[in-house]
Amino acid sequence: MSFLVLVPTKRVPDTDGVIRVTPDELDVDTSHLSFVINPFDAIAVEEALRLRERREDVEVVVVGIGGEAYEDELRTALAMGADRAIRVDAAEPLDPWNVACILSELARRLEPRLVLMGKQAVDDDSAQTGQFLAARLGWPQATFASRIDDSDHGAEVARETDHGIETLSVTWPAVITADLRLNEPRYASLPGILAARGKPIEEMSLEELGIEIEPRVELVGLQQVSSQRTGQQLETVTELLECLRENTELF
Amino acid sequence: MHVLVLAEHDGDRLRAGTTAALGFARRLANGDGDRVTCLVLGDSVATVADDAAAFCPVLLGSHADLAEPLADRWAEVTAGVVRSESVDILLGASSTFSRDILGRAGGLLGGAMASDVTGFLRDGDRLVWQRPMYAGAVTASVVLHGSPLIITVRPTAAEPPERNSSPAAITPINFDVERLPTSTGHLGLDGRPSHRPDVTEARVVVSGGRGLKTTEDFERLVGGLADRFEGATGSSRALVDAGLTPNDLQVGQTGKVVAPELYIAVGISGAVQHLAGMKNSRVIVAINSDPHAPIFEVADYGIVGDLYDIVPEMIQHLDAD
Ligand SMILES: Cc1cc2nc3c(=O)[nH]c(=O)nc-3n(C[C@H](O)[C@H](O)[C@H](O)COP(=O)(O)OP(=O)(O)OC[C@H]3O[C@@H](n4cnc5c(N)ncnc54)[C@H](O)[C@@H]3O)c2cc1C
Repeated sequence: MSFLVLVPTKRVPDTDGVIRVTPDELDVDTSHLSFVINPFDAIAVEEALRLRERREDVEVVVVGIGGEAYEDELRTALAMGADRAIRVDAAEPLDPWNVACILSELARRLEPRLVLMGKQAVDDDSAQTGQFLAARLGWPQATFASRIDDSDHGAEVARETDHGIETLSVTWPAVITADLRLNEPRYASLPGILAARGKPIEEMSLEELGIEIEPRVELVGLQQVSSQRTGQQLETVTELLECLRENTELF
Repeated sequence: MHVLVLAEHDGDRLRAGTTAALGFARRLANGDGDRVTCLVLGDSVATVADDAAAFCPVLLGSHADLAEPLADRWAEVTAGVVRSESVDILLGASSTFSRDILGRAGGLLGGAMASDVTGFLRDGDRLVWQRPMYAGAVTASVVLHGSPLIITVRPTAAEPPERNSSPAAITPINFDVERLPTSTGHLGLDGRPSHRPDVTEARVVVSGGRGLKTTEDFERLVGGLADRFEGATGSSRALVDAGLTPNDLQVGQTGKVVAPELYIAVGISGAVQHLAGMKNSRVIVAINSDPHAPIFEVADYGIVGDLYDIVPEMIQHLDAD
């Protein structure tokens, strides 16, 4: 049996894009935005590929949950080198709980040894899905990973915490979520891109998976945040310290 | 309403984020019959329980197998307490600790969770939670469906409550040690000791970015300036990636979120991901050689110039006072 690594990937607006709220204040205006694989998920794809380079039996399966537009990002992951891609057809938005329910059902069917995913998606910034999934499966979790040393029975994972780098051991099967410094994702090569064009993207419906969406998070409003600073340019250090003396209680 | 706050502590005292979460909890549970309880887990943590009992009743789970905050074990025990104590809202401070453990507990408890909450409104019977999205470019209002609710709250969103003059009760909890998960192990924590406060807990934060060339420069200039204010040092992602600063200094969307009295950004361009972590500071100062650097758009005061000239001059002036 191969060592299957399941890598969920979310489609998100490019982090350089300017986020504007729609006039009804219920959504983000995506008309001018370009989309990418969530940067943390791209790191997870890269790590799965490196795992495959280290061990012979690894199969890397990427999964996207959403509409047809997801195929662009899944093809990018295939072009990077993923073996297979699955799209679960579902209407967005989905909250972390629903994504975790879908992923746990996929995990039951595909029996991965490792689910490797981004620690958060840069659109809703929830940072919940990996932990929900690990809890539902009853698997160990190592979140915010910055290094993974794998062995046959598990891995030692360095994780970035508020108080320094913690090292954990987990046994397979496990859920690991990727932090920024785990690696730098490769770009897809031209042969990779050409090869990816020919690879099929498997499609699954929620009915096939036996899943009904029960929203946990209902968005009732979005508000644009703008800076209200005066932005005073000062010429000298003396002026700056004077301003700080007047306007803070630190002196 | 019963609000349970999971304590994050250093083995001795509650961390500041947790006391802020207790303040937030009290604002939530302010009706007749509402209550706030603090759950303290760990091994030999009687002093932490005493610290928490100054604020509210404490449930204490103390056992060698809970010595390290391993998510699978701690979430299991926490979820058990949530069920047996009929908890309506499980709360913690936004931190890597809570994201890890409360996230997992949320997965055991049905997933009605909101992260990084900055405020709430009552709309009839429902609670509307405010939280940032897209690196803080927008604030979302969300309603959660299900029970219990799991919430992590930004420490900057609440003040710690007053300590009571007489401590509240500390009650041990029951849990089955034999049934705790065992497939995760703690191998070590490389926490570089620092004489400076944590970046989330200081009144003044001086942060450095790629304008700094070496670790020594960072320590001498950013550290030196921070020390003049007894403040903390922070860092952009760029310096952490380059290995110049440790990860726990990173401020931003994927690092720590701070809102000190004074934030000084030294040689930081002001990418949205960095701004997400500091733009709610009370006073922001930017020092940057590029007059068009976006950091100036969120600053109260800016000086355009070479940090290698300006920062030593600031230190000199502060020493002269
Ligand atoms: C998914 C994702 C998450 C991210 N999360 C974070 C995060 O949490 N925190 C974070 O900080 N970043 C984060 N980033 C990175 C962010 O986009 C920027 O790349 C980063 O903040 C830039 O760091 P910097 O300002 O130090 O470097 P630069 O952008 O290179 O800016 C350096 C600045 O220093 C100035 N400078 C240079 N020399 C001098 C001098 N001698 N004197 C004065 N000024 C000088 C320059 O004018 C420039 O403005 C994230 C990015 C992504 C994609």
